[in-house]
Amino acid sequence: MNPSRRSPLTWAVHLSVLLLVLLWTLPTAGLLISSLRDKDQLAVSGWWTALSSSSRNAVARAPSAESQVERDGKFVISGNLLDGRGEVSAFGFSSREPTKFEAGETAELNDGERLTVQADGSFEIVSDQRMEGSRGQRIFYTATTPPRFTLENYAEVLSAAGIGRSFLNSLTVAIPSTVIPILIAAFAAYALAWMPFPGRAILLAAVVGLLVVPLQMSLIPLLQLYNGVSAFFGVPAKTYMGIWLAHTGFGLPLAIYLLRNYMAGLPREIMESARVDGASDFEIFVKIILPLSFPALASFAIFQFLWTWNDLLVALVFLGAGNDELVLTGRLVNLLGSRGGNWEILTASAFITIVVPLIVFLALQRYLVRGLLAGSVKGG
Amino acid sequence: MEQLIAAILTMVAGVLVCAAYFWSSNLLLDWIFPCKGKFGAAASRNLRFANMVRPWLFLAPALLALAIYLVYPVIKSVLLSFNDRGGQDFVGLRNYLWMINDGEFRQSIFNNFLWLLVVPALSTFFGLIIAALTDRIWWGNIAKTLIFMPMAISFVGAAVIWKFIYDYRAAGSDQIGLLNALVVALGGEPQAWITLPFWNNFFLMVILIWIQTGFAMVILSAALRGIPEETIEAAVIDGANGWQIFFKIMVPQIWGTIAVVWTTITILVLKVFDIVLAMTNGQWQSQVLANLMFDWMFRGGGDFGRGAAIAVVIMILVVPIMIWNIRNATRETGGH
Repeated sequence: MNPSRRSPLTWAVHLSVLLLVLLWTLPTAGLLISSLRDKDQLAVSGWWTALSSSSRNAVARAPSAESQVERDGKFVISGNLLDGRGEVSAFGFSSREPTKFEAGETAELNDGERLTVQADGSFEIVSDQRMEGSRGQRIFYTATTPPRFTLENYAEVLSAAGIGRSFLNSLTVAIPSTVIPILIAAFAAYALAWMPFPGRAILLAAVVGLLVVPLQMSLIPLLQLYNGVSAFFGVPAKTYMGIWLAHTGFGLPLAIYLLRNYMAGLPREIMESARVDGASDFEIFVKIILPLSFPALASFAIFQFLWTWNDLLVALVFLGAGNDELVLTGRLVNLLGSRGGNWEILTASAFITIVVPLIVFLALQRYLVRGLLAGSVKGG
Repeated sequence: MEQLIAAILTMVAGVLVCAAYFWSSNLLLDWIFPCKGKFGAAASRNLRFANMVRPWLFLAPALLALAIYLVYPVIKSVLLSFNDRGGQDFVGLRNYLWMINDGEFRQSIFNNFLWLLVVPALSTFFGLIIAALTDRIWWGNIAKTLIFMPMAISFVGAAVIWKFIYDYRAAGSDQIGLLNALVVALGGEPQAWITLPFWNNFFLMVILIWIQTGFAMVILSAALRGIPEETIEAAVIDGANGWQIFFKIMVPQIWGTIAVVWTTITILVLKVFDIVLAMTNGQWQSQVLANLMFDWMFRGGGDFGRGAAIAVVIMILVVPIMIWNIRNATRETGGH
């Protein structure tokens, strides 16, 4: 396409892509912005208003008559509606007209008392006689708060909501689950790619078949197996070792398939000349194939890391749902249940769970794309 | 922190053990069947033996892990589906009969078919459109990265993101959910979207489409670039317009890739679990098979028979795609 030709069609393309990009990024942007907002503001206004002052209607009760002081022959009750942030724009003293008066005006209450509310939130109830009654006057007001961004939500979830602990658990699960399968799969992939032996085609077909076996098929038998092993040896059934091995098993078909395809594409001459020089299969693999296969190894490592970090099912079944062993995804599901309305907790927690994969994704996107292209079984 | 250090130490140990296995087993093989320093028949016989055994040494750990974690469980799950809740006593087809008569199961099957109809189709469609459009503009790669990004987000994280969008406040108060805010701005009534039976399925599907479109886009974009220039040039010379070139020249040439994308997403849809668990946990008639299966694994102490039967149903739905994949892969590697 000729970029200098600005036809209406080109503009339409730009506009539609822009629209699609917005559709795909706004949800995440909303989450990030919300997690940084003051939690009172987050609860009452949409994140797209984060930059404008938010106004909220509230009601407060003035101190009771006991706290009145005598001043110049008049009796005064005073206080402040706000805690130093924002300003009052309007107020009233009955629920029917909560915004009857503007800030700074004086309202005549029914019993001869006068109520004044200033913009900074300070108020005074003045009366000529001693005031009575055990309940204070109700004051309705509309407060405008300037936008406020804060890291408080993150501080809170990291300490109180157990997110910090779960972060470590997720790392503990994901790192070994990513590294262990690579070595095992690399040797198998080399054998399938470059060592002729009877049954190779069948094994390869089996690996392709296993690629799509639903995880659900494995859960119950493995749970039974783990329980059996734990009863037999007297060790706990839900261990990190158990989940590392489970992730290894589930990740192997993709690892073998990806690596085999890559290795099969390496030039035959390299291997043959090495063989002529007297190198054994083992030496060829370690010294030639493995270094050359780095891109494929990286692709798989990214896949497996994203998958193990983002996994919920395997962790729930093989690691359990106890407070100490919950991984980030499991913790987030729990918070959705127990703190479903506290969006400041949910948004901050969710962002912590997605930030690591996002960094991995943005930094290593090239390898991920390459892996995707090699990993989907080519058709036709 | 200690557990992380322990994990890394275990990992290093595991890798060392693996390396030691491969190295020492290989050494052992060379020692039993030496071919260096021998001549003639003995050397060639040893070489033949060693070459026969060595592939299996390389394959052994992988085959063992595949057997324990995938092959054995598949067989065992099928057997368990004919047993009672504890997995001890044979009950014939009773779990399957229960399933046919269970309202929740039928609901799940119905919902799963809805998902199967909608999600792969829309993800592939959007992926194809975006791939085609982004190829024509200078900031296409940035656009692609942004649309691809949800792929890195976990289903649970995505569920939170979208639950926030679907958030519902009573009519009259300020909506903090984007969708309800839009609806109100356009003069409508706010709705608690994920509690509306039937329609809530579609609100959950949006999440998976949002995640999977990037995948479809990346694969299809590569396929579009692989189309030979000549075919397009010929069409241009023949006076075809943009739509005709796209739908009559380009799309037919990448049918194979579209099918791959479609089936890959289909398999993912069959296994969808996290999204439903986090959004509704199957309430308001949004249950799907994978979540129902998880439910039965632990409900009331766990019913392994029914859980396994549901897993077998998922497996049966996957089998046609599995066979198709195997046939494609065998045809492709047949020459090598």
